[in-house]
Amino acid sequence: MMAGVGGGNDFQWCFSQVKGAIDEDVAEADIISTVEFNYSGELLATGDKGGRVVIFQREQESKNRLLSRGEYNVYSTFQSHEPEFDYLKSLEIEEKINKIRWLPQQNAAHFLLSANDKTIKLWKISERDKRAEGYNLKDEDGRLRDPFRITTLRVPVLMPMDLMVEASPRRIFANAHTYHINSISVNSDYETYLSADDLRINLWHLEITDRSFNIVDIKPANMEELTEVITAAECHPHQCNVFVYSSSKGTIRLCDMRAAALCDRHSKFFEEPEDPSSRSFFSEIISSISDVKFSHSGRYMMTRDYLSVKVWDLNMENRPVETYQVHEYLRSKLCSLYENDCIFDKFECCWNGSDSAIMTGSYNNFFRMFDRNTRRDITLEASRENSKPRAMLKPRKVCTGGKRKKDEISVDSLDFNKKILHTAWHPKENVIAVAATNNLYIFQDKIN
Amino acid sequence: MAGAEGDDSLYPIAVLIDELRNEDVQLRLNSIKKLSTIALALGVERTRTELLPFLTDTIYDEDEVLLALAEQLGSFTVLVGGPEFVHNLLPPLESLATVEETVVRDKAVESLRKISQEHSPVDLEVHFVPLVKRLASGDWFTSRTSACGLFSVCYPRVSSTVKAEIRQHFRTLCSDDTPMVRRAAASKLGEFAKVLELDYVKSDIIPLFTALASDEQDSVRLLAVEAGVSIATLLPQEDLEALVMPTLRQAAEDKSWRVRYMVADKFSELQKAVGPEITKTDLVPAFQNLLKDCEAEVRAAAANKVKVFCENLPEDSRETIIMTHILPCVKELVSDTNQHVKSALASVIMGLSTILGKDNTVEHLLPLFLVQLKDECPEVRLNIISNLDCVNEVIGIRQLSQSLLPAIVELAEDAKWRVRLAIIEYMPLLAGQLGVEFFDEKLNSLCMAWLIDHVFAIREAATCNLMKLVEKFGAEWAQNTIVPKVLGMANDSNYLHRMTTLFCINALSGVCGQEITTKHMLPVVLKMSTDQVANVRFNVARCLQKIGPVLDSSALQAEVKPVLEKLATDQDMDVKYFALEAISGTFPFISLTFET
Repeated sequence: MMAGVGGGNDFQWCFSQVKGAIDEDVAEADIISTVEFNYSGELLATGDKGGRVVIFQREQESKNRLLSRGEYNVYSTFQSHEPEFDYLKSLEIEEKINKIRWLPQQNAAHFLLSANDKTIKLWKISERDKRAEGYNLKDEDGRLRDPFRITTLRVPVLMPMDLMVEASPRRIFANAHTYHINSISVNSDYETYLSADDLRINLWHLEITDRSFNIVDIKPANMEELTEVITAAECHPHQCNVFVYSSSKGTIRLCDMRAAALCDRHSKFFEEPEDPSSRSFFSEIISSISDVKFSHSGRYMMTRDYLSVKVWDLNMENRPVETYQVHEYLRSKLCSLYENDCIFDKFECCWNGSDSAIMTGSYNNFFRMFDRNTRRDITLEASRENSKPRAMLKPRKVCTGGKRKKDEISVDSLDFNKKILHTAWHPKENVIAVAATNNLYIFQDKIN
Repeated sequence: MAGAEGDDSLYPIAVLIDELRNEDVQLRLNSIKKLSTIALALGVERTRTELLPFLTDTIYDEDEVLLALAEQLGSFTVLVGGPEFVHNLLPPLESLATVEETVVRDKAVESLRKISQEHSPVDLEVHFVPLVKRLASGDWFTSRTSACGLFSVCYPRVSSTVKAEIRQHFRTLCSDDTPMVRRAAASKLGEFAKVLELDYVKSDIIPLFTALASDEQDSVRLLAVEAGVSIATLLPQEDLEALVMPTLRQAAEDKSWRVRYMVADKFSELQKAVGPEITKTDLVPAFQNLLKDCEAEVRAAAANKVKVFCENLPEDSRETIIMTHILPCVKELVSDTNQHVKSALASVIMGLSTILGKDNTVEHLLPLFLVQLKDECPEVRLNIISNLDCVNEVIGIRQLSQSLLPAIVELAEDAKWRVRLAIIEYMPLLAGQLGVEFFDEKLNSLCMAWLIDHVFAIREAATCNLMKLVEKFGAEWAQNTIVPKVLGMANDSNYLHRMTTLFCINALSGVCGQEITTKHMLPVVLKMSTDQVANVRFNVARCLQKIGPVLDSSALQAEVKPVLEKLATDQDMDVKYFALEAISGTFPFISLTFET
């Protein structure tokens, strides 16, 4: 049996749950556009193209049902963004949720930031389990009392009631982005966060909505001279002054907010020299970075480009310390992937809790994991077949050579409409959430 | 009348209580704001046993409701039965002190601080201090941040054992895991130090200050700067050097510009706190560095402080320090690459002339003023012009007038109307300092040109400017110089310019007096009542109402009234309306007969 990847111990990935409708024709609005665990892993949020946010809460583990370890159930669902129309520019603003970021928990309520193309909102998700009872002007059945017959005053009394979860918008951070927001990231000082669009990065205070500071602006005076755009940005997990942003040219810039108020000049520039032998028409497109993530330790960062995932040591700028091929077999298919626009898909990537493994998506509902210590990798599939509880996930293989072995799938029969762009890894345990179009799959480990 | 069995006096209170949980936030807010009325009706007993427990759990509400509640509870002592029962207010305020919304939390802390004074020393230890400890060791950072603001109010009034506990709790919060709590602790450090015994300031506060000032989070370190200033004021001079200065020096050279900015921003306070000797040895070089900082934000903050810093230098060496240490940096800032820095400097640099005296000003400062008057950024020039009075006192404005004029003319014709507006506002000041001759010769034409600016805000400001000039130079000057020009515009082909005449007359009639108004202005206004543009005609009506009080009654009766009566029958609705308004305003008795 093939061992799973992630965390050192040998284990198998097992199916746990799947959320979302089974129907073959998928409503556009139901397509999941972002997945994110909160800091404790107890909550899992998804955003979709319909502007909705769904939050799942992990059930307390019950002793009599040993097999089902903490399933995730719907905790709260709310409409975060609505479609809008910018009358000045004659542009439709989609309601699609581009990113969700949780805030560290500060009291009994939970907070998250959600962003569509233009606007970021701060949401509070809170519980209420008491209700006030007793009115002066009406009796228990809601009938009005005669105002002249009020002889005593009643103060309402709070009585327990069924738990109610409420989501309320606390702040709306708008009008600061001319281009589409691709990233939001909360700073380790817990009072500021940054938001990035194609050409600019803004820094916000979480309590101030009417102004933000522009810290990076790569817009050229003449737009015809535009050669690269910002594709992702993230704050360092511990150092409040450091953030990185990646570009469509495959480079990453690290900036220090201590040095100056404007971060137009970077402190570090990460770039791998191009291999001239593999240069082609598509080189530039496939080197564009679609996601950048710091490791939890803050020592490394990971970038995803079209065909690979790279791990960089922050102390070494000239090349990545690790490179993993995600679906190298597509290199020969780039021409058709260009024609069907798949080459512009933005795959995200994530670390496991101990930074020892990484995960990212591919096509045909396949997703890939790489163990950084053993260098082993595995391809798994998010599919409804074999979705019995606790069923082990079979590793999948794509046939690259001439002859297809049993259990292998040939490159030509891959379904490019089924893509896994968004995945998330529980911050402490081997529980992963994988978004496959409108379905959210949750897998977890089973120790051998 | 109410029947024998009922009493309708309770009804309004009953409504208020029910509306405490109405669906409409506005109604809930109303009820909360009248909480004292409710409490009064319930009596102290029921307020304590029923109303407060209910309020303790109503923390789900909107921020504005919670904010109002937190504020109300701060002055609720009488309503719960006086100081003896004041501790009954602690539970609702405690729950408000843990909500996530900073404004609500701050207000709850403010109210807690207020009612802490109403606790007897015994109650303070039995009820208040345990609350502070609960907050300080709460699970969520919101409660711990609130605790930071409560230590200083109970510390002076408790026994020494409890004092030791309080100090311990404060120490713990200063090294809290979350930056939010450390920020709250850093911002209250100075305040807490003030209530501590001097020995404990040295043994407890100084290490905390040193630790916070080297925190890994920039946002914590920059708050420690302010605390450092407060602590420095508490310590005797001989301890400053050893206990505070190393940390402050380090802050002035911090890697993060935000921390250095904070030092620059608090420089005057710092200067006062450390006294003249340390200022000379330490602050002067530190200030020089801040003026030369690589980050423009820091330079701008320091530039803002140049005047105050120089003013507060010890008198015996003030001039030497300025001339040898500060002025060279200032000279560099005049040609800084960043316009915010230059404009910050321009807003204070003129103040140096009073400190340095006539000769130094002429020799060293004047060239700088002249450079700044030619700066490419209008804000810099404006800032210089707006502070001319300082220089005027020292060397007289004549020295500057040759360079001043081109600068003013350029600003007066700036493409940005806000810049033009700003310079107009300084005109009366300039006129006062330059004198009437210089004004007539050079500036009068500018003032008249603004009257036909294409932006209304400028035309409006220009009329107001004329009024102020007349106040300065007198009615006779007005009659000779500006009134003819203003009245001449009444024949302009552009109706906007004709209206400007009316607006000018509105503004000028009062300061010009009856004679000029009756003789020169009134005929023009009356003539304009037949203007073909309705906007002009109704402005005639408004103008007549406005200048009415300046005219004598014969002119009103003989000349104004017939014209207004004619306008009141105008075809245009607005003209009619304003004419009737003017008639009823000017002739309150006649208007009645006219309307019937």
